[in-house]
Amino acid sequence: MTGAGAPSLPLPLRLVEGLGQHTLDAVQSLGRFGRFFAHAVAYVAIPPLKVGRLVERIHFIGFRSLTIVLLTGAFTGMVLGLQVFLVLSRFGAEAFLGPAVSLALIRELGPVLCALIVTGRAGSALTAEIGIMKITEQIDALTVMALNPMRYLAVPPILAGLFTFPLMTAIFDVVGIGGGYLVGVQLLGLSTGTYFGEMQTFVDMSDIMTGFWKALSFGVIVTWVCTYKGFHCGHGAEGVARATTQAVVLSSVLILVWDYFLGTVLP
Amino acid sequence: MIRVERVFKSFGTQPVLRGIDLDVAAGEVMVIIGRSGGGKSVLLKHLIGLLRPDAGRVVIDGTDITGLRGAALDRIRQRYGVVFQGGALFDSMSVFDNVAFPLREKTRLPAGEIAGRVEASLEQVGLVGMGEKNPAEISGGMRKRVAIARALVTEPEVVFLDEPTTGLDPILVNTIHHLILELHRKARFTAVMVSHEIPEIFRIADRVAMLHDGVIVETGPPDAIQRSANPIVQQFIHGAVEGVPAG
Repeated sequence: MTGAGAPSLPLPLRLVEGLGQHTLDAVQSLGRFGRFFAHAVAYVAIPPLKVGRLVERIHFIGFRSLTIVLLTGAFTGMVLGLQVFLVLSRFGAEAFLGPAVSLALIRELGPVLCALIVTGRAGSALTAEIGIMKITEQIDALTVMALNPMRYLAVPPILAGLFTFPLMTAIFDVVGIGGGYLVGVQLLGLSTGTYFGEMQTFVDMSDIMTGFWKALSFGVIVTWVCTYKGFHCGHGAEGVARATTQAVVLSSVLILVWDYFLGTVLP
Repeated sequence: MIRVERVFKSFGTQPVLRGIDLDVAAGEVMVIIGRSGGGKSVLLKHLIGLLRPDAGRVVIDGTDITGLRGAALDRIRQRYGVVFQGGALFDSMSVFDNVAFPLREKTRLPAGEIAGRVEASLEQVGLVGMGEKNPAEISGGMRKRVAIARALVTEPEVVFLDEPTTGLDPILVNTIHHLILELHRKARFTAVMVSHEIPEIFRIADRVAMLHDGVIVETGPPDAIQRSANPIVQQFIHGAVEGVPAG
């Protein structure tokens, strides 16, 4: 305890005290974070589900991110096509361009890049929107109307993340493979048969499922982090700005950490 | 109707409420006055169950809501209408949808009847034809009136108003006060209002409670408050920089 009249502690003890306080704060935050998700999951199971809000969130997270997903997917595939072709041509193995591009996209780059892009576009907006609702007492207004804010503001985005992330990742993968085809086949002279034929040989269902599980879990992680940060933002415009930055940074780090973890677990 | 018993609340090491006792009778307009930052809004948030006291209790019609959570607390809140300081209108919805929202979410009324009640509510607050506007497109005074319409559209038994006239010009202040009084005469709800609009609130309050330094220092009818011998009350209602001696 550091009461107003308490004598100041020696430096080593103050350091230990500070470390202890930070540890306690971190554990408490983690607990709140977990409890928030448990509540959201519980409200998914307990009706009524706000279907209108869910459709609106699918539109917001999914449909409105489509242009940026198409654009980044195409250029990621084109860059991959170009660079991998250059590397493979050193070994005379250009025929494996199709499998190399598609496996890199389906297993790794598609889910990760798509999740990072949607975090930047929709995740940040989600945090800012909920944060502003909090500081302008709109969340309190829902509460005193005896309407559960979690049901309106947390459950629909998390469910929308589950639906939209795998779909957008699939679109990203297909467009990326198309981008690789443009560069490898149309610009660098590989045959269409070789590009797609070898792809069929090397890409199997387990690769597609690896990408699917990653996209699904990223969808939950991004929406969970972004809604949580919105609900727990600080005061004023500065609080919302800080929460939005934290949401994007934490989501991005968790995407990469979880990607590595899944990469070691999934076949 | 509402009883607050020895309520204490601190934020960190900062005590805000230091043993609040307050009774509000059914059907009366109780106005809580006091200096800015004195804990009036914090007290109001205890009454509507948004904050829990560190000690003491809040009793609504014989039910202690201090320990209530979830559905039990929601059943009490079903009887409430709340006007927040900034209006707290949903900015993603039109004025009409804001007023219709509690009816759509909390009742099974057909769409036609909801539309009728919303139009009637907007008419009561003098906002006919403004339903399609977005909250961002209307003035501060209009937003307050929309907030009042939204709070009253469900015909609540108790209405809480947190500084409903702050930041408005004197004419709008009187307009809103007149509106609250008019609606109170029609619906006979119990009203608890936080305000520091002196002397306007003396015209609409049945009783006034003065909150100072986390405690209620005086409660009574408006004329009794104005004649109070308490120098803190006199200083506040005269807006004096130094204490005003009573008498």
